[in-house]
Amino acid sequence: MALYQDLGRNLQKDLLAKWYGDLALANERKEPVAYLFVSGNVEELLQAYGFHLVYPEINALQCGIKKAAGGFIQKAEEAGYSSDVCGYVKNDVGIALAGGKWPLGNLPKPDLLVCTYAGCTTYMKWFEALAQHFECPLFVLDVPFVRDEDVPAADIAYVVTQLRELSVLCQAVTGRTLSEERLRELVRLSAEAEDLWVRVLEMAKRRPSPLDGFFEAVFFMAPINVLRGTPECVAYYEGVLREMEERVSLGIGPIPEEKFRVVLEGPPPWPHFRAFWDLFKRWGVTCVASTYPRVGGIWDWGMRHDPERPWESIATHAMNGYTNWNLARRQAMMRRFVAEYHADALVLHSVKSCRAFSMGMADTRELFLREDRLPALFIESDLADPRYFSEAQLRTRVDAFFEALEHRRSARV
Amino acid sequence: MLIAEIFDRCRALVDDTDLSTVAAWKAAHPGAKAIGCFPVYVPTELVHAAGMLPVGLVGGGGHIEMDHADSLVQSFVCSISRSTLELGMTGRFRNLDGLLFPSICDVARNLSGMCSRNFPALWVDYIHLPQNRASAGVVDYYRSELARVQVGLDVLAGRTTTFDALAASIQAFNQQRAVLRDLHAFRRSFPWLLSTEELHLLTNAGSVLDVAEHTNLLQETLNLLSMRKGKPKDRIRVLLEGAFCEQPPLELMKAIEEAGCWIVEDDLLLGRRWLATDVTLNGDPLRALAESYVRQDTVSSVRHERPRRRADSLVERAREARVDGVLLCSAKFCEPALFDQVLLRNALEQAGIPHLALEFEEKMGVFETPRTQVETFVESILFA
Ligand code: SF4
Ligand code: SF4
Repeated sequence: MALYQDLGRNLQKDLLAKWYGDLALANERKEPVAYLFVSGNVEELLQAYGFHLVYPEINALQCGIKKAAGGFIQKAEEAGYSSDVCGYVKNDVGIALAGGKWPLGNLPKPDLLVCTYAGCTTYMKWFEALAQHFECPLFVLDVPFVRDEDVPAADIAYVVTQLRELSVLCQAVTGRTLSEERLRELVRLSAEAEDLWVRVLEMAKRRPSPLDGFFEAVFFMAPINVLRGTPECVAYYEGVLREMEERVSLGIGPIPEEKFRVVLEGPPPWPHFRAFWDLFKRWGVTCVASTYPRVGGIWDWGMRHDPERPWESIATHAMNGYTNWNLARRQAMMRRFVAEYHADALVLHSVKSCRAFSMGMADTRELFLREDRLPALFIESDLADPRYFSEAQLRTRVDAFFEALEHRRSARV
Repeated sequence: MLIAEIFDRCRALVDDTDLSTVAAWKAAHPGAKAIGCFPVYVPTELVHAAGMLPVGLVGGGGHIEMDHADSLVQSFVCSISRSTLELGMTGRFRNLDGLLFPSICDVARNLSGMCSRNFPALWVDYIHLPQNRASAGVVDYYRSELARVQVGLDVLAGRTTTFDALAASIQAFNQQRAVLRDLHAFRRSFPWLLSTEELHLLTNAGSVLDVAEHTNLLQETLNLLSMRKGKPKDRIRVLLEGAFCEQPPLELMKAIEEAGCWIVEDDLLLGRRWLATDVTLNGDPLRALAESYVRQDTVSSVRHERPRRRADSLVERAREARVDGVLLCSAKFCEPALFDQVLLRNALEQAGIPHLALEFEEKMGVFETPRTQVETFVESILFA
């Protein structure tokens, strides 16, 4: 009997409902609110000061799933935003222009904006605009891009210095003082959750895989990005791991029969998530690993928060998100995924909104096709803007690709 | 030389996408190397001090056919990224030994990665320019970043750059920037004697010339300009903002001026003037360069705006230059510029400064639409 089926999904529903419920009341209760980004996030430090945390990116993706993105994006475009800039930003600006009213209720106003300059430059533009809208303090945590094999010690030192400066600002905004002990505890809990999350992700190395490392992982990844440092987050991943183990023992997987294993590069098209997944399900495709669940942190190869060195490990963590890595490192990472997760192909999903992801994707395709002789499919839509999704076109491309793959396989047998 | 000859020479230098000027420089300096520098701002002093020629990359303009890069760069990405790749893929970087990219945007960032994979013969590096200028750690960080890049250049050059050499290079660029400042001041006062197209040609010629030679050329032009004769026409004064990276076609600048404007202030080729005042030397030239970058108040869409808001600074500059209007003129698909347009427009609105948004591409062929837009804009101001 399946005891733990949908445990992950249900637990998450509860966690997020509580989180958004608290958020809605934060202003009223006069509790401090900080906005921050997923990439490079330093939530342990902010939690140590008791901030409620708002992640505009997560709000935008929620709008996408709830089919509410289009209206907000339009609102921002009416206010002057170009049709050619990131839809996440427009979605969020649209919510701000609507006074914080959105499908999940009410978003509180920020007392502090923390812009981690990691992962994309758009982050900066985004929070500069919000700082003006909300007239509240903005701290830019300048996180150097990982541009080389080795991360220079000076980079880490620079981020640590800024974290200390951010801490002083938090103190001023909240009127509270930092307990180093509490910070260490938060960081310890983060590391615990990270361990469990990696174990969940690695379940997909099994054949057949009990987990879809993209379509399911992008949901399971929410707590590791937004609720780290809490016991609930640890409990959540214990639950998900149990669910996955049970799936293995019962022979359940994300699809009835796994025929193809692929690595997926790029974000999901949130407004058309189901339709997009269905394109692959039809062919018995499991995404065994993907890059998107690593935007908030690349924990696969040992990076952890560390209670022995809380500040340095927060800094290191801030630097090591997927889009903060240079192209060569990203490509090496995909190669590793292909090998370690035994993938048959690479799927690249280019999205117009996000140059941080998309610029260079066609080059990656070339690399895998030419040098690795790995089949690679390149498709395009958007992660935020519902207007850029053409189902018929995508279906044709996906079908042609897997048909060819199937043909090749039967020819070989 | 006659001033017209100088402009002809500049035009030839600028049109030469094969970089034969660079080849000639290398022939005259056996063993020396040349490094392509992507906009907006790169500390070219480091390259110069290592005995190399810093070459300003400015895309391909409308000059080159796009045969290869289109398959690697999606349609929603700016032209300069694709033309830069195309230049490399068609062998036009054969006279370069390396490429240096600054951290200006997500496109440039991944472009640097694409270049290092596609052009394995080139040394490619990426400088993370600091964004948090308020941090106590920022100068130390940026100094170490400059030192890291210098080591890379030194390894490539097979030599060690001394502090003295770097100090001398800083001086050389200080002089170049000083003449550029004078030229800009001249245009601001006498725009009918120096058009923006001409000023752009003069500045852009420096992309392939050694700094000392370029400085001489600029100085000579400045001397000749004071003897130039001409009468002011009845045109409005405008500030052009948003073309800090990819450059608009010269024809567009010309069309704008002919439609009834003097462009008296702009952010074209901003990197060449990024350090607005001299870098002061004080023993450690790396630190001097780092401090200068951090302390200079140059405002651009590719750097975090604090402590001074970009919109406030634009309004201030517009007032200082006594302009009648602002042209928000940005490259198509340039996200940093497009995002800022919203905030800039609102600020101009509030300050009561007329403004017009224009978009350009390297490959645009006809300029009728922007010309008409600008004409209408000019009329609306003249007859307001
Ligand atoms: S979608 Fe891409 S460009 Fe937009 S905010 Fe996210 S990482 Fe940045
Ligand atoms: S034109 Fe704009 S988007 Fe393109 S590389 Fe330059 S700054 Fe980046």
